[in-house]
Amino acid sequence: MHNLFKIAIRNLMRYRRRTLLTASLIAIGVIFVVVFVSVSGSFKNMIISQITGSMLGDIEIHRKGYVASIDNLPLTLMMNPQQVKAAEDAIGKVPQIEAYSPRIKFGGLFSNFTETTNIRLNGVDPDMEMKTLPLLASRIVEGEKGIKKGEILVPQLLARGMNVKVGDMVVVIATNKDGSVNGKQLKVGGILESATGPGGRDGYVHIEDAIEILRMEEQEISEIAIRIHDFGKLRNVASSLEGDLSKYGNKQGKSVFEVHTWETLSPFYNIARMIDMMTLFIKIMLIAIVLISIMNVMIMAVYERIREIGTIAAIGTLPGKILSMFVIEGFSLGVLGALVGNVVGLVIVYILDLAKITFNFGMQTGLILSPTLQASDILVVSVIVIIVAVLGSLQPALKASKMEPIVALRHV
Amino acid sequence: MGLIVAENITKDYQIGEVTVRALKGASFNIEPGSFVSFVGPSGSGKTTLLNLIGCLDKPSGGRLLVAGMDVSSFGKKDSAVFRGKNIGFIFQDFNLIPVLTVFENVEYPLLMVQNASPGDRKKRVMSLLGAVGMTEQKDKYPDQISGGQKQRVAVARALVTNPKLVLADEPTANLDHKTAYMVIELMKKMRDDFQTTFIFSTHDQKIVGEAEILYTLEDGELVGKQMKGEEDNA
Repeated sequence: MHNLFKIAIRNLMRYRRRTLLTASLIAIGVIFVVVFVSVSGSFKNMIISQITGSMLGDIEIHRKGYVASIDNLPLTLMMNPQQVKAAEDAIGKVPQIEAYSPRIKFGGLFSNFTETTNIRLNGVDPDMEMKTLPLLASRIVEGEKGIKKGEILVPQLLARGMNVKVGDMVVVIATNKDGSVNGKQLKVGGILESATGPGGRDGYVHIEDAIEILRMEEQEISEIAIRIHDFGKLRNVASSLEGDLSKYGNKQGKSVFEVHTWETLSPFYNIARMIDMMTLFIKIMLIAIVLISIMNVMIMAVYERIREIGTIAAIGTLPGKILSMFVIEGFSLGVLGALVGNVVGLVIVYILDLAKITFNFGMQTGLILSPTLQASDILVVSVIVIIVAVLGSLQPALKASKMEPIVALRHV
Repeated sequence: MGLIVAENITKDYQIGEVTVRALKGASFNIEPGSFVSFVGPSGSGKTTLLNLIGCLDKPSGGRLLVAGMDVSSFGKKDSAVFRGKNIGFIFQDFNLIPVLTVFENVEYPLLMVQNASPGDRKKRVMSLLGAVGMTEQKDKYPDQISGGQKQRVAVARALVTNPKLVLADEPTANLDHKTAYMVIELMKKMRDDFQTTFIFSTHDQKIVGEAEILYTLEDGELVGKQMKGEEDNA
């Protein structure tokens, strides 16, 4: 095998310019893929972590039917204390769950005493919510980084429109599930940066204030947001919860609960899928580049070396070895292209990382692009290039191995 | 029994709709250790005959035994294995592999065809390079040596596997007379040293006389056999 590699590499070096051009073409393809995968991947991961870490959580548990009418924030589809207890028991059985936070979501009116507008609010336990949404505190652009009883976190756009500042008093008025209206005066404890996505323009109040405003006799919960340790195990955790909660059925025998991952709750999932599709197409383009360039160069190599093939076949080289010689040439070209492409790609990613390029996404501005690459990304791209290089050289190699020595020796 | 036994062998080529008979019933017997030449003008069938003996092609008719084997029944792989084991080739254009050094060219059949051990390879290659006077040039590439030297390397490569038979198709056609004569003398010396049968084709009248047995071909027919120092007995 060592000798086959030696011959292959010397043959590649024999046509140095052609080898370098082909390897460069492959390397350019690899660079594009590596940079695109790292930039798009980091953009996607950043937005997902913003959505899950500052608004939604990784997984949410609702009462059945709640998500279908989530725009109305229905107070009639909340989990009662027994159901909340059942959900918490199920959560407790899953060790991958890092934190969870029960929420009361409701809509109401927001008044600064001169003007009134509508508002969507989350009543939360501050500690549990901050553990479940570790990036929430970073969205509080003014005021203290927390949610205190008697205070409200007002979304930035609403605060600007209603001209309210930290420390101002406001009134929140809401209708409870029985139809009675109640209001409460709250102090503006902080201004919350608006974000793109569900819940991105919601305000926050303490859960006890929410209970008081809604005049709840017992604590009912709209949803339980969950954060998990390893985001890669999202679906496993969701399935595990779903399985455990499915035993709580209603009269029709259907589960009382619904378990949703962020993917079904956020429209960004479609953008994430589009990014994945684009990555796939870029990889397909890389395959085409490698396949065409390797096939082209190997077809030429076989054509130029017909007499040599005839000679080695005449002196008894078996067809399998002749095939190996050419396949190894293609393989070596693929390895060279992948190696150069990955090294240059990594350097570009490193430079982009140092450059701290900022971008805006929806309402969020000044997001810093910090492209990163996983070893698995490099491995996948390299394996694709090498496999395609071998496949691309297979047809010319087969042609060489099947050549009749007498015909090859006659070739001029 | 001879090393090569040919009984009425024919070879037909199909060119479009026309069948051309390149060899018209040749019969001969070549003993081991012979130094044989097939002579004749271009198109007389010399290369065709050498290709058949070398298992590079199959006869259309007749029977051809090489080293006791009926080579007309061989498949492609069997032919390659048989050639690797029993036959060495010397080509008109030397056909050295340009990316390999002189040493590596001679080593190639031992390495890629016979899978010999590194120690055996080195010993055998150095011995052959010494025999053909190319030890000093062992690290040079084919484009760094002369035509005569290339053919010496080709002789060493043909002999390195200890074949029973070496076939040389017009081995001196691309060499000047002096070098051609030296190559033929080298081949004869190798025959003497290793008792390998040499068969070569030529149309060069000046070196024809170096053969010990001379077969004359004309229009695909074997028209004469002459032993050195004898009159044509065809």
